[in-house]
Amino acid sequence: MKTLYKVPGAVTDCPTTYCPGCPHGVAHRIIGELLDEMQLTRKTVIVWPVGCSVFGYYFIDTDAVEAAHGRACAMATGIKRTHPESFVITYQGDGDLASIGIAETIHAAARGERICVIYVNNGNYGMTGGQMAPTTLLGQVTTTSPYGREAHANGFPLKVPEMLAVIDGPVYIARASLDSPKHIIQAKKFIKKAFKVQVNDLGFSLVELISSCPTNWKMTPEESLERIRKQVLPVFPIGELKVDEGVA
Amino acid sequence: METRVIVNEERCKSCNLCVEVCPKKVLRISDRLNPKGYRPVELFDNEACISCGFCYLICPDAAIVEVRRPVKAKA
Repeated sequence: MKTLYKVPGAVTDCPTTYCPGCPHGVAHRIIGELLDEMQLTRKTVIVWPVGCSVFGYYFIDTDAVEAAHGRACAMATGIKRTHPESFVITYQGDGDLASIGIAETIHAAARGERICVIYVNNGNYGMTGGQMAPTTLLGQVTTTSPYGREAHANGFPLKVPEMLAVIDGPVYIARASLDSPKHIIQAKKFIKKAFKVQVNDLGFSLVELISSCPTNWKMTPEESLERIRKQVLPVFPIGELKVDEGVA
Repeated sequence: METRVIVNEERCKSCNLCVEVCPKKVLRISDRLNPKGYRPVELFDNEACISCGFCYLICPDAAIVEVRRPVKAKA
């Protein structure tokens, strides 16, 4: 028998603490696969956020630190500058990166820090019970927008990659989705490019992963992926938003 | 024939995504319970499986540990 797919060694045996059907696990597996393929596992430092993925250091077997809420990019800046030989990733959710940590993220991008940011966007604050986040879609019902998000009261969903793509600091900005095998393969391709940016010491890279939250969206896992395809992807279109010269 | 899909039943959370995404519909939720109280997925029709790996790609819990394909015997 020839092995076609195998869970990478960087992903630990520890069972994840995520709800059934949560795409966080897919993102972890993609990162683990790429670290193993690119032989980076032993020199990687992952900066974990506050949010559902707060226990991420149990699930990917690399060096890790736990940042204060939203400050992963600031912490990663310090780690990369003191240990330039290490490979530094931050893994953040939308409540972490797009809300409380937007200043740190924008300035890390504007400075062109040599870090990779994996930004998982599921449109609400999953861990605390599904409150409205900056990325919540218009009309989406959450615990803090029980009649749906309204533009005149709550504003519009924040598109972080589009925002960062207009400044000169970042080298590679992309958005991918975790809703189907096809898009998961594409997501892996984008993250690989982002990792190569740092390996080649070019600058800042960010990949947004559109994810679901079956528990707080009050849907089955299949329905939540269907909602991504029908409602989320038209607002957050996938693709590469900024690719500078020299990105493989 | 050896099984094409190896499932780690202890990690499975019975989310049903692999069953939905399988193009040949050869996976199903079994009627056993795992230590966490979920009903793990199983491959019930190994002959019809085409080793496409969609179940591995969509699985959020790395419960589909390995997908394999038999090596064709050289004539």
